[in-house]
Amino acid sequence: MTEVRQLFFEESFENLDMMESSLLDLEIGAVDKELINTIFRAAHSIKGGAGIFKFEHVINFAHTVETLLDELRNDQHIVTQHLIDLLLRGVDTLRALLKALQTGQEYNPEAVLVCQQEFTALLITPMSPPPEHAHPHPENTHAPVTAPEVIPVGWHIRFKPYPRLLQTGNDPINLFRALDALGELQICADSSQLPTFADLDFQNCYLSWDLLLTGAVEQTAITEIFEWVEGDCDLEMIPLDKESLAETRIVMDKALEASLAKLAKVPEKIISPAPSETPVNPKLSSIPIVNEVLEKPAHNEHLSSHINEASSIRVGIDKIDALINIVGELVITQSMLDQVGEDFNLARLEQLRSGLAQLERNTRELQESVMRIRMLPISYSFNRFPRLVHDLSTQLGKKVEIKLSGEQTELDKTVLEKMSDPLVHLVRNALDHGIEMPEQRRAAGKPETGILKLHAFHQGGNIMIQISDDGAGFNLERIQQKAIDKGLLHPDENPTVEQLYEFIFHPGFSTAQQVSDLSGRGVGMDVVRRNIRDLGGTIEIKSEIGKGSRFSIRLPLTLAILDGQLVRVGNRIYILSLLSIIESLRIQPNLLSVLAGKAEVYRVRDEYIPILRLYALFNIIPSTTQLEQGILVIVEGEGQKIGLFVDELLSQQQIVIKSLETNYKQIHGISGATILGDGSVALILDVAGLIRQFYSSNRVHTFSELSVGAMT
Amino acid sequence: MNNEETKIANKYLTFVLATEEYAVDILRVQEIKGWNKPTPIPNTPEYLCGVINLRGTIVPIIDLRLRFGLERLPYGQMTVIVVVRVISGNKERIMGIVVDAVSDVYDINEADVKPTPEFGSVINIEFVKGLANVCEKMIIILEIDALLNSDELAIIEQSHH
Repeated sequence: MTEVRQLFFEESFENLDMMESSLLDLEIGAVDKELINTIFRAAHSIKGGAGIFKFEHVINFAHTVETLLDELRNDQHIVTQHLIDLLLRGVDTLRALLKALQTGQEYNPEAVLVCQQEFTALLITPMSPPPEHAHPHPENTHAPVTAPEVIPVGWHIRFKPYPRLLQTGNDPINLFRALDALGELQICADSSQLPTFADLDFQNCYLSWDLLLTGAVEQTAITEIFEWVEGDCDLEMIPLDKESLAETRIVMDKALEASLAKLAKVPEKIISPAPSETPVNPKLSSIPIVNEVLEKPAHNEHLSSHINEASSIRVGIDKIDALINIVGELVITQSMLDQVGEDFNLARLEQLRSGLAQLERNTRELQESVMRIRMLPISYSFNRFPRLVHDLSTQLGKKVEIKLSGEQTELDKTVLEKMSDPLVHLVRNALDHGIEMPEQRRAAGKPETGILKLHAFHQGGNIMIQISDDGAGFNLERIQQKAIDKGLLHPDENPTVEQLYEFIFHPGFSTAQQVSDLSGRGVGMDVVRRNIRDLGGTIEIKSEIGKGSRFSIRLPLTLAILDGQLVRVGNRIYILSLLSIIESLRIQPNLLSVLAGKAEVYRVRDEYIPILRLYALFNIIPSTTQLEQGILVIVEGEGQKIGLFVDELLSQQQIVIKSLETNYKQIHGISGATILGDGSVALILDVAGLIRQFYSSNRVHTFSELSVGAMT
Repeated sequence: MNNEETKIANKYLTFVLATEEYAVDILRVQEIKGWNKPTPIPNTPEYLCGVINLRGTIVPIIDLRLRFGLERLPYGQMTVIVVVRVISGNKERIMGIVVDAVSDVYDINEADVKPTPEFGSVINIEFVKGLANVCEKMIIILEIDALLNSDELAIIEQSHH
């Protein structure tokens, strides 16, 4: 049941996403039947699903939404901005409702009600109770026709499920629980069809029930409850007046007594582990206890749904097929190697070699396919932006068009999830600060509608995500002024463009003249960069005043595996990500200079690159402290370059990243560990972290350098 | 630990460090393994020997001698690593501790564990759960969560600033 529940939530959220994107595609004034049908279907599925789990609020609300959509479909409304906004709000409310149900948190029923009232106000046809409208089925086939205006004082319901009832996922207990909510319910089970224990198929329902519902209940309310088991049972509903009610009660009491007497003969032991759907349990004769018994599993279900919430992933069948294919090949390779090994002689060496090569290829393919399972198209993240842009631009009074491209670019699920907040932030910024008001744009000779582009693509072993707008661009002078005001920059200094952009990522730095709801508080860009950094990525800004700006985010394809360059310092081996290495070179003394007698820099073409002696930072005894005898590996992290001085470059290989944090903790300058071919552990250097550490602990660095200098 | 188990004696694994015998709850011991040269981690306290590969997971190794401020012994073929599970916050971590030698497994009744006198041993009493007498010997029962946990991590945290 929990799984089904989880599935329902997943599906519902997908449906909501679909509703949202379709709503955004709706054009004002026109009625696109196909789109409206899609939206309607999504709403309907949610309602249907919610019915199974008796999420009354969801059913009601979804029904209201559905009614409006139905009217829209029948050309009773025209599509207006207001209507779209209302429907979008409806989607939000439903989402909040479902989220609350999923996590077991409280939701605000008032907000739901307010939203629902807005819907009702717009409806042309008066609201009818959900079931009739949603499933316009004829009056229940088995029910005798009753005059609806006479509400009886009670009902005698004969509920005789077909054996397959349980297999359809229905549980009579739920029905009874719902009935009990309508009035006083008396249940009498008929267990005469129950086979002997040996013949019992636990998937079948052998019981039937006589139910006596006391209270003025409308037939529709009862039909609604049995709606879900329709076709899986024989159902008879007899309205009762006072007299017949009393009669039936006596009959039922007798039957109950008889069945209890029968049960008493059955040893208790057999009853207790009986499947949950056998409410033959004597306790059932009184409702309060029943409820208590019934509530329990419901409660557990709730808890476990909480635990099970750990995310699942939808994998395309093609990916699974590819995986199976590769495993098949692997098995073939294995049996081939087996054969070679059976009676091995030197003549078969060539065969062994080719077998091993094949094994290597299989392994690599397998690895790639498995990684691909974790890959999701970036559209998962991109798809929320049209809505965001729609809402924000309305709020800000700006006209913005959003263009998405490369949505099918795949990236690791973890990366995708962690990138979602930074992306939202960047898009908000672009809308708030980047794109100007329509008047300003017209004055600047630009079209009124600003364009925001989200573009994703592969570049090398990286994923690039670009967010560009054709707005005002960054005002570098203002950034400089602000930096001076904040004391981050000396007025006499002449910073480069990159350095100025760097200030944007400074905590508490905002050039927005007015702090708005959305952004401008200067909180965020530093967080954006931190998030990207955590993923091993970088962010760059390009901007031209008056023309717009572009943020380029570069992310590693996957977090788990990287191409590594092994380097040696003393007797230790460290690993650098190949992607961060620009070049490696031998130091020529004539290109080396020492600034202020401390900081060493090396000239590579037109650049001066500071040198970080790794052994000094890590306090290791190196093979050499003479720069000419070692290797300088120039690496780049966060737009800064640094030369790492190491003893020697070793091989390059693919490495699997292992976390140090699992059993220990994060270490500055080290992003993880890996296991080398010989089983030993090697640490992976975190280039960006090293650079930060280098600059922040420059004093320590120079000190240790001096002490080394004294030693040599 | 279940209530049922408190009735019967708990099993403890004991090991020798310098002249004394220490015990850890055997249910916390994952395995005992021989010496593998760990990979040192830069800028960490001396007692943290480094990390090793334990069937694919990275496990930190702590030298108990150095942790307790005892004299360092050269590592060799006889060096033993006891791999234990410690609870840190809400997480279970795996760590290895380097000891001189593994000694025995004893049943020790909860009731027989005496509180630690102020200066009962060379080590800080915060790491000691209590003392027990087994076969005329005094055994120091370690509080391994405290030993390898908050204090340990906190010290390392500070060493970076």
